[in-house]
Amino acid sequence: MPKVTIDGFSIDVPEGTTILQASRILATEGKMPDAHVPPAMCYYTKLKTSGGYCRTCIVKVSKGSEKDPRPMPKPVPSCRQTVMDGMEVQNLTAPDLLEARAGVVEFLLINHPLDCPICDQAGECHLQDLSYENGNAGTRYEFARRTFDMIDIGDKIKLHMNRCILCYRCVKTAEQITDGRVHGVISRGDHAEISTYIEQAIDNDFSGNVIDVCPVGALTDRTFRFKSRVWFTKPMDAHRKCDKCCGKTAVWLSGNDVLRVTARKDKFGEVEDWICNECRYDKKQIGDWTIEGPRKIERHSVISQNHYESLRQLKVDISNQKKLLEVAHVADIKQN
Amino acid sequence: MPTKLLLNNEHIPGINTLQVYRNNGGYASVEKALKQMTPEAIVEEVKISGLRGRGGAGFPTGMKWSFLAKPAGVPRYLVCNADESEPGTFKDRYLMEKIPHLLVEGMITSSYALGCNTAYIYIRGEYFYVSRILENAIAEAYAAGYLGSNILGTGYNLNLYVQVGGGAYICGEETALLESLEGKRGNPRIKPPFPAIAGLYGCPTVVNNVETIAAVVPIVNNGGEAYSKIGIGKSTGTKLISASGHINKPGVYEIELGIPVEEFIYSDSYCGGIRNGKQLKAVVAGGSSVPVLPTELILKTAAGQPRLMSYESLSEGGFQTGTMLGSGGFIVMDEDTSIVKNLYTFTRFYHHESCGQCSPCREGTGWMEKIMHKILDGHGTLKDVDLLWDIQSKIEGKTICPLGEAAAWPVAAAIRHFRHEFEAYVMQPSSIKDVKHYYRLNNIEPIPA
Ligand SMILES: Cc1cc2nc3c(=O)[nH]c(=O)nc-3n(C[C@H](O)[C@H](O)[C@H](O)COP(=O)(O)O)c2cc1C
Ligand code: SF4
Ligand code: FES
Repeated sequence: MPKVTIDGFSIDVPEGTTILQASRILATEGKMPDAHVPPAMCYYTKLKTSGGYCRTCIVKVSKGSEKDPRPMPKPVPSCRQTVMDGMEVQNLTAPDLLEARAGVVEFLLINHPLDCPICDQAGECHLQDLSYENGNAGTRYEFARRTFDMIDIGDKIKLHMNRCILCYRCVKTAEQITDGRVHGVISRGDHAEISTYIEQAIDNDFSGNVIDVCPVGALTDRTFRFKSRVWFTKPMDAHRKCDKCCGKTAVWLSGNDVLRVTARKDKFGEVEDWICNECRYDKKQIGDWTIEGPRKIERHSVISQNHYESLRQLKVDISNQKKLLEVAHVADIKQN
Repeated sequence: MPTKLLLNNEHIPGINTLQVYRNNGGYASVEKALKQMTPEAIVEEVKISGLRGRGGAGFPTGMKWSFLAKPAGVPRYLVCNADESEPGTFKDRYLMEKIPHLLVEGMITSSYALGCNTAYIYIRGEYFYVSRILENAIAEAYAAGYLGSNILGTGYNLNLYVQVGGGAYICGEETALLESLEGKRGNPRIKPPFPAIAGLYGCPTVVNNVETIAAVVPIVNNGGEAYSKIGIGKSTGTKLISASGHINKPGVYEIELGIPVEEFIYSDSYCGGIRNGKQLKAVVAGGSSVPVLPTELILKTAAGQPRLMSYESLSEGGFQTGTMLGSGGFIVMDEDTSIVKNLYTFTRFYHHESCGQCSPCREGTGWMEKIMHKILDGHGTLKDVDLLWDIQSKIEGKTICPLGEAAAWPVAAAIRHFRHEFEAYVMQPSSIKDVKHYYRLNNIEPIPA
């Protein structure tokens, strides 16, 4: 099995594993702090051919492999680059790479409306996290931002194209898990937009999953729109007997009201199992669900500032703290 | 008399017909290849010839051919890239328009060498009339038994199709071209896999430029050895150069690789000097994507050696003081040209042509155009010039396909070599009173606020 080293943390992984997957394994197994996992805005494990578009996951390969130790000339997308034996990868430890990533973040933001105060995704938005962690405080862009009209995709989904970063995840979801593709991209360059074949607005049992895969607030659930900020709701693991999907979901409560239902997401923001539209939109009574208990939200975003983590997670792991301090140090270098 | 291998018969009346073409030695390479040579032997000749891809990157063609995967029971494809959309490049059109059978002949010989039974010519939408010319030539070739089944009684079958594109520069990038040929949106694929392993319809595919395929004809006819003796060093053979700009004789020239740039610009056999007796200011030597060079660096290298028309000599000095041969789009600018305005045109082009898949190119190209527009409008500041520099550096090397680099390099080179001009522009906006006139002249719409 090839051995790869990421920011000094080593692991043996099966042939064909990507750098991103390897670093997620390292983090999941507790061998590396989460912060060293490259951010991924377009890659999605469950979606074939995803990744490679957004370029936020770029890393520096300082040693190609044992056989060919030359460094790779350009930053590579870690979600697509597979590991070789002896490969050495730098993420947080390479200031020039962090600078390049800050550039990518800036590109993603120049045409983004930054309307977080009125965006339903705020608090659980990957673009927010990404820009807090990798971006710069100000903007150097002084021109009008591009705008599109909002579109209703059926009666349950709102497409807010202004916020879209063209990660192609929803397009691939429509292609791969819903039957009959009605999702695609039209136009070119910075006018490119997500589009559906409007007359046939997405209408099948799994279409709601495009909401969950969207890393930003471009696709939102119309049954939840403007009901509450996510951080005022309580996420609970819940399940019901469903003959269409696994029936295992996260329900977001306010008191005893079910404000919304989503799939359960892991700490990298990816759903564990797709859920059907019936579970998502039509089961909004607390009695529809068997509540299992509070859901741990392990992500680093605003939402985790709430109090839902279990005590186990709050336990301080000294060695991790030390590594994190080093990370903080790198972040300092970046700012200077 | 300089050696000509591709355009030697261009002035013979009726050379676009099969009859005249064959009377002048046409289709000899097909006869020779199919009847006397094995496919491997042809690939070997192409390797020996040292032929390098004429589409821009200059990758050795023989090596590319030998990478083609040959799994049993899977078809292989040869695709000719006739998308030619790089500003300043028009050699492929000239060749296809004048001597269409040369390309058809090259396609047959090359397909045989690669073991393909289906081949495509993907031609840009704007060349619609050229696609007619090619289709006529192909029909003639079918009728004469050079295409179809059992060609010349050898048992070899080949079908050749022309596909017209929609007129997008990005469809010249080989994987976007394949997507488009498959009937999809012309987005570049993320590599690997490379086309040699999984190309058209997931099958092993070779994509070559028109001129590259045409050059296979003289290589098979005269042998790779003879071809490799023409030219200089690793730049073997002849190259079509599309010469445009402020010269006395713009047009397509077939040169022996290795002639001095100075000779190419000033000799009466080629460009014939700068028009109206003006001075040379700068040259974009290989199509709009390659770095612009000022007079002193295009005529001589930084080391003081005469610069030659070859892959190596043009790129000597890296991007600090050199450039690239690219696709051979040779754009000459005289002393009256504004590099700033020229760069604006280029940034506008790349913004328009970005496919929009990856963030740095999608967003960065538009941003650069807007800043250039601002500078041209007289509202630029010194900071904008630095910002442009920073943006291009953040696009370069971070994109899916080389269009990102193609957009970044001209910006970098213009600022590197002509920074003073940008500074003059932002400090004395009065020098640009003619901007409105420039817009009218070029039919440019102001960018909506
Ligand atoms: C944006 C872009 C546009 C391109 N346009 C063309 C083109 O119009 N014609 C061409 O032959 N190659 C073009 N290329 C290069 C092709 O990708 C490919 O390298 C070439 O067709 C290979 O042929 P060759 O080896 O014979 O040069 C382009 C590349 C890029 C990145
Ligand atoms: S570099 Fe530009 S043209 Fe190429 S894939 Fe990315 S967005 Fe498309
Ligand atoms: S996550 Fe790898 S490029 Fe977007």
